[in-house]
Amino acid sequence: MSKWYDDFQVLKDIDLSVAFGERIVICGPSGSGKSTLIRCLNHLEEHQKGSITVNDISLSPGMKNPEKVRREVGMVFQSFNLFPHLTILENCMLPQQRALKRTKAEAREIGMRFLERVKIPEQSDKYPRQLSGGQQQRVAIARALCMEPKIMLFDEPTSALDPEMVSEVLDTMIELAESGMTMLCVTHEMGFARKVADRVIFMDAGKIVESSDPEAFFSNPQHPRTKEFLGQIL
Amino acid sequence: MTELLNSLFGPFYGNMIGLLLSATQWTIYLSLAAFIGGGLLGLMLTVLKISPLKPLRWFATAYIWLFQSIPLLMLLFLLGLGIPVFFQIDVPAWLAAGTALTLFTSAYMSEVWRGALESIPQGQWEAGKAVGLTFIQNLWWIIAPQALRIATPSTVGFMIQVIKGTSMAYIIDYNDLMRWGKKIANSQLDGAEPFIVFPIVALIYFCLCFPLSLWSKHLEKKMVLT
Repeated sequence: MSKWYDDFQVLKDIDLSVAFGERIVICGPSGSGKSTLIRCLNHLEEHQKGSITVNDISLSPGMKNPEKVRREVGMVFQSFNLFPHLTILENCMLPQQRALKRTKAEAREIGMRFLERVKIPEQSDKYPRQLSGGQQQRVAIARALCMEPKIMLFDEPTSALDPEMVSEVLDTMIELAESGMTMLCVTHEMGFARKVADRVIFMDAGKIVESSDPEAFFSNPQHPRTKEFLGQIL
Repeated sequence: MTELLNSLFGPFYGNMIGLLLSATQWTIYLSLAAFIGGGLLGLMLTVLKISPLKPLRWFATAYIWLFQSIPLLMLLFLLGLGIPVFFQIDVPAWLAAGTALTLFTSAYMSEVWRGALESIPQGQWEAGKAVGLTFIQNLWWIIAPQALRIATPSTVGFMIQVIKGTSMAYIIDYNDLMRWGKKIANSQLDGAEPFIVFPIVALIYFCLCFPLSLWSKHLEKKMVLT
């Protein structure tokens, strides 16, 4: 699969298949196309060449019903993007009611269940701005999980957080990984990668440069670009 | 009402103020027609302006550009005097005035609302998409409620412009506050000189507009706090 912004090619012949239950960490320098790659998977971005198939739904440029695939794929953003005019619980309920046509009672029950899972049920009546960054990001994870997606995408979920809040979000993600969720995470948290990833992918200049299990990735990187990158961040 | 005014201001001024107040109702009706008509049309234009289809966006842009560039007075002349003569038809003053103000209001309102919609961060659209909302659901449930809060103070503020704008409709013989004020001021009666009548007329306009102005300020403050 390839993608261009006008003349500039951001993704170059990406070839990647992900098995159910697989946990993948994508890392690389900024501008390497890692965010763009996962944003293509729920059609927030369009690719121009090649094909993407998510859960038997094939994505194409200008496709008619991208909602269909988005209901199968949850996404967590770097900047949380909670809905500021809705309470925490309403943030979790509204998508279920509108996109899945669940009743209010069902949505409430499921919403509370996932807020408990991310350990903030007591904040359910507050508004996003009343919560810390780490709490907001956990709500964002709960909101995505309420749709009961098959795959979860994380786009630098801890990059906008104060250092002391990173671990609460990572713990939530580790718990999710251990429950068997298929996950693709763009992150620089190498501890997380080492702990839960089945595969670590390194991207540079729009290409997948290296892809291996975390053990091999960290102890014996093959590509000079990967070595250089790991040398800088570890 | 008449008795009350007479006992407060004497028979002459009581009568005059009674006439002006009764003319004020036509100012209010015209203002309401312009808010409602202009609001609905403005809403449609706003949707066209942000729609994914280029021809619709062009149409809305041209419309807004056209009606923001024509003076309101010109619109009133065109609709109230130009069209009846050109097509040899009878257009009642209220219809011409209502249409002119609706066109004027819709062009401005849609720009205010489009600005508010565009001020909502892109991340909100993306979050709505990512949880599987359609474009319309996203607009209705996520973007519009946030934009509404931002746009309300300036919308209320613009209502004041509309009320004041209705005063120009006297030029095509719409029987509003302004026209009656002018009639009385022209009457040559002692005590009904322009320097007496027009301040009273101005005071009535002030009483219509000032509460809206306070409300708009109040909404603005509330918005900053939330």
